[in-house]
Amino acid sequence: MSDTNDDLRAILLEQVERLLADRSGPDLLRAVERGEWPEALWAEAEALGLPLALAPEAMGGAGLGWEDAAAVWQVIGRHAAPLPLAESMAAAALLAAGGIAPPAGFIGLALPGEPVTWGRRAQNVAATAGDTVSLHAAGSLAWKQERNLIARVPADRAALDAPVATGTLPPGFGNEAALLAGALLHAALIAGALESVLAMTVEYANTRKQFGRPIGGFQAVQQLLAQAAGEVAAAGVAAANAGRAAARRGLAGAAFEIASAKVVAGEAAGRVAAIAHQVHAAIGFTDEHQLHLYTRRLWSWRDACGAERVWARRIGHAALARGGAALWPDLTAREEGNIPA
Amino acid sequence: MAGLRFDLRDTPSDASALRAELRAFLAEAGASWSPKVRAYSWMGFDRDFSREVGKRGWIGMTWPRAYGGGERTAMERYVVLEEMLAAGAPVGAHWIGDRQSGPLILRLGTEEQRREFLPGIVRGELAFAIGLSEPDSGSDLASLRTRAEKVPGGWRINGRKVWTTNAHRCDFMIALLRTSPVTDPKLKHQGLSQFLVDLRLSGITIRPILDLAGEEGFNEITFDDVFVPDSMLVGEVGKGWEQATAELAFERAGPERYLSSLPLLIAALDDLCAEPNAPEAVGRLLARAGTLRQMSLSVAGMLQEGKTPAREAALVKDVGNDYEQALPEAVRDLLDPARTPPEVQEMLGITTMVARSYSLRGGTREILRGIIARQLGLR
Repeated sequence: MSDTNDDLRAILLEQVERLLADRSGPDLLRAVERGEWPEALWAEAEALGLPLALAPEAMGGAGLGWEDAAAVWQVIGRHAAPLPLAESMAAAALLAAGGIAPPAGFIGLALPGEPVTWGRRAQNVAATAGDTVSLHAAGSLAWKQERNLIARVPADRAALDAPVATGTLPPGFGNEAALLAGALLHAALIAGALESVLAMTVEYANTRKQFGRPIGGFQAVQQLLAQAAGEVAAAGVAAANAGRAAARRGLAGAAFEIASAKVVAGEAAGRVAAIAHQVHAAIGFTDEHQLHLYTRRLWSWRDACGAERVWARRIGHAALARGGAALWPDLTAREEGNIPA
Repeated sequence: MAGLRFDLRDTPSDASALRAELRAFLAEAGASWSPKVRAYSWMGFDRDFSREVGKRGWIGMTWPRAYGGGERTAMERYVVLEEMLAAGAPVGAHWIGDRQSGPLILRLGTEEQRREFLPGIVRGELAFAIGLSEPDSGSDLASLRTRAEKVPGGWRINGRKVWTTNAHRCDFMIALLRTSPVTDPKLKHQGLSQFLVDLRLSGITIRPILDLAGEEGFNEITFDDVFVPDSMLVGEVGKGWEQATAELAFERAGPERYLSSLPLLIAALDDLCAEPNAPEAVGRLLARAGTLRQMSLSVAGMLQEGKTPAREAALVKDVGNDYEQALPEAVRDLLDPARTPPEVQEMLGITTMVARSYSLRGGTREILRGIIARQLGLR
């Protein structure tokens, strides 16, 4: 899957940004948390061809790669992901890679051991097992409707029945493609949401006055926000780097970068959310304020597809097995074409 | 984020040959380095080593050939820097000249200065010291008081500089000095100028200062009616603050701002295997190392394009300093002293002590965060 050039990506990102800036916001996020499907927004995303964007043109998509995907997902995260577009894009990419033309409409993404985000509204569900990707009709499934405890976004469970179609993924996808795609997706969503949380918090610090001046003028507050900015930048770079690695070497070849992105973004999510709430103080602790619409998703996304601990252990086990002498050569070899086993 | 962008960059696709050359060289040169040498990394000073590095064309790599440089790319230079750091090489005798003094001379020096100083730096023979901090001017650098008075044919310097790493071993310093008195405290950034100062001139006294680990790493330099000729002025009179700020972008931008303690992890890794918490802790450290490397490469790419990424460099340095300070603490948590070889214990001990300097040198954490906060729009 080749990546588009920078200009095309910029146009696409602007399109997604404009769509979500115009059509989403706290009201829609709250409606979603009440279980209301964002029908109009989904229709517009579909009209722009976004759900199939990662499928090749021959399958009705735009042929975008993982690097583009990570960038789009970061924009979706910036708006707290009011619709399960990232999941549907990833599902379509996996199906297409297995030779299955992804159907129109919302395709849920089945992640190992996790409920399907908005499963109740999925027309279809994609799953992977080993190097096999499968497509399941979702309408007939007996969904157990739940919602994520922290994010309050619908998250439903169903036993997948016999697939409508199955395909074999190319070797570059490895044996846990859905998990890796899901980890990349959530790292990118986190990176985006962190940008908004930081911007919101800076804005509040510049507006809220105590002791006769904006609290952002106090060094104690400035130091916290500067620290948050470092975490936000790190998460953004980690997610983009993971997307680039996947575009170049496939999901399996990018396992280290994806794992790193999930660790770094997950750590950043906890730290930045803590700083944002500290700076916002009591008003940020209310239901009325919009901060929690973002921070609750951060806390939920950092657990999705494996928390920091899970991915860190993988990286650590591999590094310990390779030994101290290989640590630096392995870290530097990756983008120069010599990927460690 | 508030105007800060970190676009991904690549190291050169043909870097593996350069890396192989460096690794072979460092393996041989490093066979005799003690744990202390590796732990001190780029604060270490070894003229013989720097001369060998110079012979291989790894100093002043990007500079014009006319001055002895290699006219190679900033990214190739980056590969050399990170390989040196990962090995814990004692690069101090050429590091400052290569990183900031040389580029400053190249950018703002006279043709005569370039011809006089750059080839010596490239050969690894001319060691430079930084000349910024003073006894009463640390984070508040612009308050510095060491002055250079105009006298016929040159300038007369009086005052003191302090915390200057390896100055007692170096040949030259680029000193930021006050050339006109402060009339209004708000305008203290004006009236500063930079000078090339031969550290063997009469009137200069250098007193090494022992650091907390018992090394003579830094020192105090007293200037007592030291005369420097007009030809030693760098750039313009009165523009010293702007020049030094640009110099700090170079000083803060490199991979040494996150890699200072990595040699410890490399040395200790094989002794961590039995610890149940090791995989997770090592994984977190490596996830961040890979990410910081990309952030650092991004800043290097901006430098390559001729930009002055002062704020980006401040942010990466801040995140990087946190990381390189957390690393020895994490390793300590995982090592069982009873089963750890003495050389690893020694490296851990020295790194633990030296690590306090990481968030002080080149701009304290608090100053860096102040820069970032202003970038965010906080006032």
